[in-house]
Amino acid sequence: MTHEKSSMTLKDKALVSGIGETRYVRAPGSGKTPIALQMEAALAAIADAGLRPKDIDGIIPFAIGPLVAEDFVTNFGITDLSFSALTPLGGASAVASLQCAAAAIAAGICRHVLLSLGRNGYSGTRIASRIAQMPQFRVVGEFEVPSGATTPVQFYAPMARLHMDRYGTTARQLGEIAVTMRKHALLNGNAVNKDPLSIEEYLASRMISEPLRLFDCSVESDGAACVVVSAAGHAAEMPRRAVYISGVGEGHPEMPSAVSQRADLLALGTAKAARKAFAMAGVKPADIDVAEIYDCFTYILLRQIEELGFCAAGEGGAFVQDGGIGLGGRLPVNTHGGLLSQAHVGGMNHIVELVRQLRGEAGHAQVQGAELGLVTGFGDMCDGTVAIMRRG
Amino acid sequence: MSTNGYLTPLPMPSPDTAPYWEGLRHGQFLVQCCLGCGKKRHYPRPVCDACYSLDAEWVAIKVEGTLQSWTVCRHAFLPEFKEQLPYVVAIAEFEQGIRVNLRLEVPPDQPLRAGDPVRLVYRQVSEQLTLPVLALA
Repeated sequence: MTHEKSSMTLKDKALVSGIGETRYVRAPGSGKTPIALQMEAALAAIADAGLRPKDIDGIIPFAIGPLVAEDFVTNFGITDLSFSALTPLGGASAVASLQCAAAAIAAGICRHVLLSLGRNGYSGTRIASRIAQMPQFRVVGEFEVPSGATTPVQFYAPMARLHMDRYGTTARQLGEIAVTMRKHALLNGNAVNKDPLSIEEYLASRMISEPLRLFDCSVESDGAACVVVSAAGHAAEMPRRAVYISGVGEGHPEMPSAVSQRADLLALGTAKAARKAFAMAGVKPADIDVAEIYDCFTYILLRQIEELGFCAAGEGGAFVQDGGIGLGGRLPVNTHGGLLSQAHVGGMNHIVELVRQLRGEAGHAQVQGAELGLVTGFGDMCDGTVAIMRRG
Repeated sequence: MSTNGYLTPLPMPSPDTAPYWEGLRHGQFLVQCCLGCGKKRHYPRPVCDACYSLDAEWVAIKVEGTLQSWTVCRHAFLPEFKEQLPYVVAIAEFEQGIRVNLRLEVPPDQPLRAGDPVRLVYRQVSEQLTLPVLALA
């Protein structure tokens, strides 16, 4: 028997009240434990929200650790935590936790939910090798890893190659993404990549997993980012401008455990997530002023632009070229430099940057008049998450 | 955990998947065939997604098919693969849409095209383990 979904909507029921980050670094490493990094970012986000640590009554730590909700309860002396959850979607987890937090708040379970992500992705276990140990990778671990495909770039590279074959997408177009992210990172005082990158340097960089080069890959780094999601009613008490979660959605591709098993090798979960998020917010792609799009690899950013509906399938290459996703372009993307050039903080840094843009606090990277923005997550073999946020 | 000098990551079969690995040791590529509706499936798993039957038999399929896409790996993320660089990993499709993602034994500069015919061959890498690999047909 089929029942209609509840008519309740999460639209504008919750807002981002606070954001916080540590410094992002590579060599020689943060010199801090992941717990210390996350506590530092969490305290900054809670203060930004105008709250005290004890006011947090919901916690969603990063799904693959290393912290659990109890760490925050202990460190903050929280006396009555009402909600804790995990959203295990790899790099799509941070935006999935926005949906989870908004749902818990709309249901009246809690008022202020802390989302936390932080690690020593450079100086600790490297992000690329840790992934092989995750339970979501059990299937490829048994059937594909023994063949030498062990890490995301090697699973996603065949998709990029197929896209180039089918649509004529070029290395130069992928390179324009890398170069644009670097330009944006140079505007941000907290980015691990501090030197300019030219298209020539991109094209000369060594192949990692063809057709993807070194500069197609995100930059493993140390650091933490946190976000506080609060009930919409908190807006009146906030020191900062409210940024509402107007639409949010999660999508999983068919055969979610292995790219190789999908009838359409190019399909991500992003299109499904985007349909839900745009419908909830009641807006369309052309309405979006600024987008922070999960960029573990250049190609993954390009393909999400298509699945989000900013252009048709196959037109992503043309969309990003000639400054299309730079500041002043048709859609400014990853105004902080993204995972490719700011830091790999699992996309929590993308949420932080979108909030800054919609508050008008993005400094040299500010998109003038930004009122409506979009942020995505992507991970675990192409799960997709999308949130649409509105300046209050 | 490794034997006979084979140092790359070893599969850890479960009771749900062991017949697949056992088949490889005998030079057979086995997939599950649903006893409820006859649908073949791979990778091995307990339930048929067409009829939800938990019952399946293992059948050998014809391991000739076509190349779908591939990557030339030029960086090793696990040290065990370093000395094998560069190498090609390719997605191939056999009968009834059965897909694999396996080592393709070709020189790294081999010109390849989607649709190229490939076949599966068996590489015994230790006494206990035979890995399937692809070759151009």
